[in-house]
Amino acid sequence: MGNIRGRYAIAGIGETEVGRRSEKSGTALGLQAAAAAIRDSGIDKNEIDGVITHQPRNNPQANCSALLSERLGICPAYINETSLSGSAAVAMVINAVAAIEAGLCTSVLCASAGGGQAPSREGRKHGVLATGWEDFLYPFGAVAAPIDYALAARRHMYEYGTTSRQFGAIAVACRRHASLNPNAQMRTPITIEDHQNSRMIADPFRLLDCSLVSAGEGAVVVTGAERAKDCPKPAAYVLGMGSSCRFGSAAYAKNLTTVAGKDASARAYRMAGLGPKDIDLAELYDCFTYTVLVTLEDYGFCPKGEGGRFVEGGRIELGGELPVNTHGGLLSQAHVGGILHVTEAVTQLRREAGARQVKDAEVAVVSGQCGQLGIHKTLLLAAGPN
Amino acid sequence: MVNAASSASIRRFFWPPAPISLIMAKAMPPLPIPNPDTESFWKGSARGQLLLQRCTSCSAYRHPPSPLCQECLSMDHEWVAAQGRGTVYSFVVVHQSLRGEAFHVPYVVAVIELAEGPHMLSNVEGSPIEKVAIGMPVQVFFERVNDEISLPKFKPVEV
Repeated sequence: MGNIRGRYAIAGIGETEVGRRSEKSGTALGLQAAAAAIRDSGIDKNEIDGVITHQPRNNPQANCSALLSERLGICPAYINETSLSGSAAVAMVINAVAAIEAGLCTSVLCASAGGGQAPSREGRKHGVLATGWEDFLYPFGAVAAPIDYALAARRHMYEYGTTSRQFGAIAVACRRHASLNPNAQMRTPITIEDHQNSRMIADPFRLLDCSLVSAGEGAVVVTGAERAKDCPKPAAYVLGMGSSCRFGSAAYAKNLTTVAGKDASARAYRMAGLGPKDIDLAELYDCFTYTVLVTLEDYGFCPKGEGGRFVEGGRIELGGELPVNTHGGLLSQAHVGGILHVTEAVTQLRREAGARQVKDAEVAVVSGQCGQLGIHKTLLLAAGPN
Repeated sequence: MVNAASSASIRRFFWPPAPISLIMAKAMPPLPIPNPDTESFWKGSARGQLLLQRCTSCSAYRHPPSPLCQECLSMDHEWVAAQGRGTVYSFVVVHQSLRGEAFHVPYVVAVIELAEGPHMLSNVEGSPIEKVAIGMPVQVFFERVNDEISLPKFKPVEV
């Protein structure tokens, strides 16, 4: 693949309502978002010749992209699926661009095939330990995501003197942004003191360091830049993409303070010919507060180790130097997997974000991340193709 | 850390009726199920030995057990008794009961940097929680669960 900077775009986005739980099935939510994205793009559904889905982690289903297509009444040329939990949203967009560039299809729906119900993101089953490294995690009580990510956060505190209050600044920023977003689960503003007073979950993580449990879905339509120009709404152009896999489990990683976001962002910057100084807003995957902090450092917004100071003083809030998670993120809007970071970036670049609009938003960076910091995807989007 | 099935957890699963095995599974920590890749490790633990795989091609140690050397991709390996000593690389104090209250909170989940190099996730016990710190020297001990399984855990090095 040559440099594809500016040659592909997100032409349509769809979001459902979000909440702690939903009366609708996961399938219904996935279809609702998919249909909204297709309508928003103005592309006839029969012109959608690619469908990429992500698998719900707690209920993976074979061929789920085909089942979604069938329910949409379309017969795409290209279908594919990803199981990269928190990276899936950005991974779908990257895979869509790659598939179009390879000539396999022309317009791709990236959506959830549903199936995930009343989410327990880490699964509920015990005793199915014979195949993975779970045997060397679960028996010791390392049984849920907060523990794995907190191991990394503790290491950052040790190496760089980062404090819990600094993690709190990230929670406060996301909540403030969610308070301005009508489609957010947690809209009451919080203070650093609220964060400090929230109960300990996995020290150093308190409740307000952890993302929400939510129902909801999102979807996007990716197409060529030329096609996007004919679409009714402004497109968000893909200027850069990057991926990295450093490890799959934090407990056995050798470095927890410089992680996969470093390589993924470097690749995206190189493709785009851009750097951190060119970015107006960042929608950063925020399963935990520390995930945002380490991503800000790995993306070069501040030197390694200075993330704690960087997030203080409102710098990452609306009106600050680099607004982060303008929709409220997984921490305060909803955790539906990361797709809403993508749709929010498009909304911002279209200047349709209302009370939470970043002034003169031209370039946005979006991250997707999983594997307990070991797997990362970066997307650089812009209001124009150049 | 093993929590006997409490009356509360039994009540929770009393309705709808659940098989007794499910009730027990919810109250017990998940246990490893040895397989061809890992059974040597668990057999060692059961007799009080911390075993590490060492590649016989390039001499690199590895953990958790894996069929392949990450350094040279050789599948040839031997099982070597580790010193059982290391330092705390990072740790978390778990306060929120997780997984059906299988674990008594608070407890310490720690990554131990073994003297041989590999990291090993385990628990630090036998120390006041507030004394646990990164860099703390620790040594292994084994917590017997049943005839097949003993879990390698760590405690502060006795001076």
